[in-house]
Amino acid sequence: MCLAVPLKIVELHGADAVAEWEGVRRKIRVDFIPDPQVGQYVIVHAGFAIERLDEKQALADQQAFSEVENALL
Amino acid sequence: MEQVITLDYGSGGRKTSQLIDELIVPALGNKALSQLNDGAVLSGREKLVFSTDSFVVSPRFFPGGNIGKLSVCGTVNDVAMCGGEPKYLSLAFIIEEGLPVSELREIIASIAKAAQDAGVQIVTGDTKVVEKGKCDGIYINTAGIGFLRKDNLSPDNIEVGDKVIVSGFIGDHGTAVMLAREPELLESDIASDCAPLHRAAQKLWQLGDDLRVLRDPTRGGVATTLNEFTENRFFSIELQEKGLPVRPAVHAACEILGLDPLYCANEGKLLAIVKADRADEALTLLRECSEGKDAAVIGTVTATYPGKVVLKTAFGGTRVLSKLSGAQLPRIC
Amino acid sequence: MPCFERDWTAEQVLDAIRALPIEKANLMEVCGTHTVSIARSGIKRMLPKNVQLLSGPGCPVCVTPTSDIDTILDLALEKDVIIATYGDVLRVPGSRHGDSLRRRGSEGARVKMVYSPLDAVSLAEKFPDKQVVFLGVGFETTAPGTAIAVKQAQAKGLKNFTVLSLLKTVKPALETLMAQPDFAVDGFLCPGHVAVITGAEHFRFLPEKYHRGAVVAGFEPMDILLSVYHLLRQLAEGKPTLGNEYTRAVAPKGNPLAQQTVERYFTPCDAVWRGMGEIPQSGLQLREAYRQFDAVARFGLELGKPEKPSACQCGQVITGKCPPQECPLFGKVCVPENPVGPCMVSGEGACAAAYQYQEV
Repeated sequence: MCLAVPLKIVELHGADAVAEWEGVRRKIRVDFIPDPQVGQYVIVHAGFAIERLDEKQALADQQAFSEVENALL
Repeated sequence: MEQVITLDYGSGGRKTSQLIDELIVPALGNKALSQLNDGAVLSGREKLVFSTDSFVVSPRFFPGGNIGKLSVCGTVNDVAMCGGEPKYLSLAFIIEEGLPVSELREIIASIAKAAQDAGVQIVTGDTKVVEKGKCDGIYINTAGIGFLRKDNLSPDNIEVGDKVIVSGFIGDHGTAVMLAREPELLESDIASDCAPLHRAAQKLWQLGDDLRVLRDPTRGGVATTLNEFTENRFFSIELQEKGLPVRPAVHAACEILGLDPLYCANEGKLLAIVKADRADEALTLLRECSEGKDAAVIGTVTATYPGKVVLKTAFGGTRVLSKLSGAQLPRIC
Repeated sequence: MPCFERDWTAEQVLDAIRALPIEKANLMEVCGTHTVSIARSGIKRMLPKNVQLLSGPGCPVCVTPTSDIDTILDLALEKDVIIATYGDVLRVPGSRHGDSLRRRGSEGARVKMVYSPLDAVSLAEKFPDKQVVFLGVGFETTAPGTAIAVKQAQAKGLKNFTVLSLLKTVKPALETLMAQPDFAVDGFLCPGHVAVITGAEHFRFLPEKYHRGAVVAGFEPMDILLSVYHLLRQLAEGKPTLGNEYTRAVAPKGNPLAQQTVERYFTPCDAVWRGMGEIPQSGLQLREAYRQFDAVARFGLELGKPEKPSACQCGQVITGKCPPQECPLFGKVCVPENPVGPCMVSGEGACAAAYQYQEV
């Protein structure tokens, strides 16, 4: 099953990385991302980043997935 | 029923209902038990509420609490949801040999603190130790007695037009425990909401019979509990996805794991159904105590889809929220 | 390829859809995550009645034949074997009623849920005296990560890690569907993340060879609604073409690094799909050089044995011929607690989605 939400790379150690969304962090691998950088947004599938997204598009995606959140926040 | 008990029978969803309906009620049912409420109202000189619950949570320690705190809050909450002011608890441990005493000490300290906070006394108890492998560290059973302060709380009181209120953010406990169980999976600061609800319940009792029913949406989550209200009844409950109180981190963790916060357990939240024109007052009352400070109206009782819980999605669609089927499993990701 | 607007409202897209001169359209979503997104958001009911969305063979566990599940269940009983699997597979029933990995787990078999193929490699390191078998279920999207797991196992010199590859590729299955005489689908919502790997161009055969519309779609409800609109517009104009609604993630040629990795470790093989039979070159098996990591070789397994007949209509469901609700077992004998077929098990199975997210 596909994870539609892009995650942001916040740590990078070789092909191992940590990606984050809303303070939730997941270990990922970036074997398939040429020249990965901290701060980039990636689509993750079963623990592997499979593509990079530009920041504007990625934030729009995250926003779309946050629609159910409380208006109070 | 299947031939062996699988984990699904403990998930709080349909299989749990099946176990209760097919195995327990036929053999042990009586007027009080067959109500299948969180506890029973008994007759005596003063009306009592009596409830019991067992706690087997793994891991034993998780952000926001541990099995000890949970074992007090769980039973206190069940008593309070029945309209009882919790007074006395029994406490029984089943301990696996090899449990470090330091852990037991910490668990007992949490029990003491939670009992004090909830205003209950632990008046009877028991301890058994079993061989290694016979249980997982420690299991706890508590039973609680309270004095009935608000009679006649039942889904049978619900009327079309009533409002559905939740006392705060949903899905925290289920998500926190799942992540604590699989520390390698995700890292977050999500904590269990484990808390006693007697104060929040007491506030709402002031609404009298305009408070129809109270229940704490533990296993199976908000969706499953609301289904217990609508099942075999003439009304439906309609929820709005937009505006459901879900913490951003819980929402994100659930999205990443393919889970639904509406089906994740809560241990410090109550659902209240109240008469529509008292909903604002109910919110004000709830917000007077810390357990209810994020209370929100999340839905309405309608006649449109009898017997069903229905979600108006953020996208504008409509779908049925059924009871949880089996345990929620994280998906391929 | 056209690029689409995302800042429309759902109502605007629906208005545009209603304005199209379409008599009747059958569209197929080929990805299980699309199936779930459609069901969760309630899109089906929002569309005009003459537009049908059918689920295709896009849920990885749903296309795995029962005979392969039986093979896995038997393997789980082998001494010293640990089965490492994604959660979806745990409850998939074998041919014997009530049998599943979860059941085998209750009976003492060692079954561990993992979230990444690399978790399975870690298990093998942690339990050196056990044989860890990773169930490689999935499509083009999960194949690259599975390859990296083999790479790591090799680098670490692990002798107790194997992959049971049930990996499949989408294109041969779609070609098989197209060849079926009673297959009446006018356009395809192409799987977004498969296309991330393969590239959008991978699906150009649909319009060029078969004159069917094809739009690579993202996973948000709005992505799907827009993709439906563009498929319908292609139909209305009588010009089936290849569209890419998911340009933010999908390049025309896909992800070359991922493709090269898969190519290095895997080679196409014939594979049996539930309800569709054997499809030539539709599976991925480990190359000869990595045979020591192939569970089929290590344990002498046989995949793709002929299927026994069953009243379960999963095969018809995943080929768009039978809506879940029309299966005689749906919601009666076959429910998520007691699934007869995999489509009722996997969160992204068409039957489970139809059951869990019932329309009102």
